[in-house]
Amino acid sequence: MTDAAADPILTVEHLSMRFGGLVAVDDLSFSARHGDITALIGPNGAGKTTVFNCITGFYKPTVGMLRLIHADGTTYLLERLFDFRISKHARVARTFQNIRLFAGMTALENLMVAQHNPLMRASGLTFLGMLGFNSFSAAERSAVDHARYWLDRIGLLDRADDPAGALPYGAQRRLEIARAMCSDPVLLCLDEPAAGLNARESSELNELLLFIRAEHSTSILLIEHDMSVVMEISDHIVVLDYGVKIADGGPDAVRDDPRVIAAYLGVADEEIEEAHAEAGL
Amino acid sequence: MEYFLQQLINGVTLGAIYGLIAIGYTMVYGIIGMINFAHGDIFMISTFIALIAFLALVAMGITAVPLALFLVLLIAMALTSLYGWTVERFAYRPLRRSFRLAPLISAIGMSIVLQNYAQIAQGARVKPLPPLIPGGYTIMESATFPVQLSNVQILVVLITMLLMVIFSWLVASTRLGRDMRACEQDLKMASLLGVNVDRTISYTFVIGAALAAVAGIMHLLYYGVIDFYIGFIAGVKAFTAAVLGGIGSLPGAMLGGLLIGLIETFWSAYFSVEYKDVAAFSILVIVLIFLPTGILGRPEVEKV
Amino acid sequence: MSALSDHSAGRRLEFVTALKRALLSALIAFGLFSLLIGIRTDTGPTGALVLHGRPEALAIIVGLVFVGALVRELILGERHLMPSRLLPPALLAQAKSLSRFFGLALLAFAILLPIIYSSDRYLLDLGIMILTYVMLGWGLNIVVGLAGLLDLGYVAFYAVGAYSYALLAENFGFSFWICLPLAGILASFWGILLGFPVLRLRGDYLAIVTLAFGEIIRLVLINWQSLTHGPDGITGVPRPSFFGLPFNNDTGSFADTFGLEWTPLHRIIFLYYLILVLALVTNLVTIRLRRLPIGRAWEALREDEIACRSLGINTTNTKLTAFAMGAMFAGFAGSFFATRQGFISPESFTFTESALVLAIVVLGGMGSQIGIAVAAAVMLGGFEFFREFAQYRMLIFGLAMVTIMIWRPRGLVATRTPSIFLGKEKDIDAELVRQARAKTWSWRRARHD
Repeated sequence: MTDAAADPILTVEHLSMRFGGLVAVDDLSFSARHGDITALIGPNGAGKTTVFNCITGFYKPTVGMLRLIHADGTTYLLERLFDFRISKHARVARTFQNIRLFAGMTALENLMVAQHNPLMRASGLTFLGMLGFNSFSAAERSAVDHARYWLDRIGLLDRADDPAGALPYGAQRRLEIARAMCSDPVLLCLDEPAAGLNARESSELNELLLFIRAEHSTSILLIEHDMSVVMEISDHIVVLDYGVKIADGGPDAVRDDPRVIAAYLGVADEEIEEAHAEAGL
Repeated sequence: MEYFLQQLINGVTLGAIYGLIAIGYTMVYGIIGMINFAHGDIFMISTFIALIAFLALVAMGITAVPLALFLVLLIAMALTSLYGWTVERFAYRPLRRSFRLAPLISAIGMSIVLQNYAQIAQGARVKPLPPLIPGGYTIMESATFPVQLSNVQILVVLITMLLMVIFSWLVASTRLGRDMRACEQDLKMASLLGVNVDRTISYTFVIGAALAAVAGIMHLLYYGVIDFYIGFIAGVKAFTAAVLGGIGSLPGAMLGGLLIGLIETFWSAYFSVEYKDVAAFSILVIVLIFLPTGILGRPEVEKV
Repeated sequence: MSALSDHSAGRRLEFVTALKRALLSALIAFGLFSLLIGIRTDTGPTGALVLHGRPEALAIIVGLVFVGALVRELILGERHLMPSRLLPPALLAQAKSLSRFFGLALLAFAILLPIIYSSDRYLLDLGIMILTYVMLGWGLNIVVGLAGLLDLGYVAFYAVGAYSYALLAENFGFSFWICLPLAGILASFWGILLGFPVLRLRGDYLAIVTLAFGEIIRLVLINWQSLTHGPDGITGVPRPSFFGLPFNNDTGSFADTFGLEWTPLHRIIFLYYLILVLALVTNLVTIRLRRLPIGRAWEALREDEIACRSLGINTTNTKLTAFAMGAMFAGFAGSFFATRQGFISPESFTFTESALVLAIVVLGGMGSQIGIAVAAAVMLGGFEFFREFAQYRMLIFGLAMVTIMIWRPRGLVATRTPSIFLGKEKDIDAELVRQARAKTWSWRRARHD
């Protein structure tokens, strides 16, 4: 098991999420390290998106503590921080399973919206901006440059002025990631970023994520089903099944873990018979 | 004490009428997520239909009140259902896939159309009807104040209860009810599974309109006077009732109706009559702010 | 030969089907209109109702429906009646330069109108009324068109503006130029107060709550007689002056100072330019705000609120700002209304007003400034045009609302202009743009209780 106790960026402690009588996540604990790419995997319905929603402030956990620790030591308790504050103060950004771009706005506008908070400050909560002060124009120019940088990185610079909803699917996924990065996060949470991508696009995605991790020292937490992505780039994998953690470690350890295999592929009939025989049934 | 009891009786009667209208709102909202702005005016149209039908029957020589009322019930329910169907078919169905505001504007337009249609067709003055069901019982009597329960009031409550039973059975046990519930849960999926969504939605509107027609007849019998504007106010109050009880919930609509009827009656009796409509609107605001899912409603979680 | 007879047999079948459908429509029409149109109730001499038959009216209407349905069936056959395919596309959705030219032309016309028609009081009054609604439309556009918040109670802020002006002038004797900003501030304060508890509500619920607020305010205005004079309204609202020079026939008045012969038209023309300036300010502020982060946040909010939250945007404050700004402009418009009429009463602030302004915004389309201006002109011009029809006017208005929604649910201007662009400014087609959150994506909690 990797030693995630050293230098963690996110610690999840005894997280449980209950919806009425349904227990979606049961006593989950794990750590993600600074600069790591941590993957959260498991069969459908295992509770992965629920965990995400708790971390990113869309659900309030029933029980548990979610601690986010910045490089300078500032700690945020995510279960107490809610709503937009998780992005604004704790600097956790996310993408969504069903792409949530601003479809009627251009790619550039999408990236500008992501930089809303610094721009609002520069516009003096709009007042200075209204009066046409220079400080705002300068800030806006630098925001556009920042957006341009990301558009270039994801290969959409020539489509900057096209409506986001008109872009091809793979481009939309990349744009959503770029938009999340424009909000300058320390932790980037990606919900099935490779869903619907073909092999070439998946490997481009890998490149992009590795680039993000290397150049911007952003830690990444991702939910994914595509094992080519998970095994290729993850430093640390947490496996869930029915809301419970069943494995936690490096890619090699997890890949060979019999419980993980059983969760995904099921157990062969002979093995069940053996287990019954052993138990004396 | 006697005064209180009288208000209680009056409030329950009023509440039954509101409840019947509220069911129309709640069903439509449950199935297509739209506030049928024109529903209150459908109720108003039904009162006119009932009035004219009754007078026409009397003019044709059918003077026996029970028979006439029975025929009026059938006619009003049938014709009001036709109105409900027509409004849905022409003003809402083309906009079903459109964005949020379009059906709302269309509904507001339809409401204006119906109000002015009634006004033009029948004149702007109020239309009175002499009381048809006289008599009642004195339940309690004090020195100054007899508590009276009129026959009309008994009729209203009985019919409402009967309709509730029939209706609950309809939703729970029939094919149509099942289709409605399926559409309420997931419209697209229901259609993929073979439910005729258009027809189910039409039925929803039709049933809502029929129930509004019953409410209309009862309003006519109880108050004896109608005009083209009663739809707007009754509509808002009935919608308040639907929200209070929990939008999408049938027993909720009835419960909400009763509560609104009681609140309105008690408010006018003990506080002020002029502000009774303000009370209704204020309750709507308060309910929506603090309890948007209503008393019996189910909380909705938006999938992220 | 057989092909020909097949063809004519086909045509016959088409005709028969069309006939059947038309008959069905006529039957439905008969059912609908039989009682309410076929019979008329009137109050007789004794106070009881008397019936009159009106078979001619019924026959005419049913006949019209039959003919109309038949024509529709024959001409369109199996195709759905989608008028948007029959009629030409949005006039204003052409090249950018064309629409900009059109906008400038419209502005020029608006500025020159009083000069060209300086003696036509009726036209000037109409112009003032249209510009008032254009301003209201532009104000509501911030709330509905940009931020996507369904507000059905906009008239409440209009009323606050009007009554603030009247009461401030009555009780404190402030001039118009002081009351105007005060009215706007009061209205936006009211907007924040009203908005704060309700802006987390979704779509339709927000619409109903704002409707309720509008009605509550109207009812309070009617009933709180000691403050607002109740249904009688407030008379003697001070008229505007030309920066201190009154518009009357005395010495020291506007006419006197400028050596002009006094006519009441001076005041009217002044009012016209006043509302024009107010409206243009609304327009310019909106355009500027759209390019600032707050305006972009409004539009992003309309597109997807959850994504906004995930980007760190305080959606509550964003919504409140939109609401307050919209309320402020309504307040300005309200105080203008008060000074123009010299008299206000609760009757002017009914729900129909809110509906009218909302219809203008939706018809204008896509938060487009020009679209809204044109929509206001068309709707109010049409309203005036049908003045002779008195009673039928509102009916036609309602029918127009329904028809326009079915024909062009996106409004006249079917494109959105991006607020910032790198290379080329490309208009975005309406189909892609979200107007306001729909209900489609929601699941109810599993019922495991």
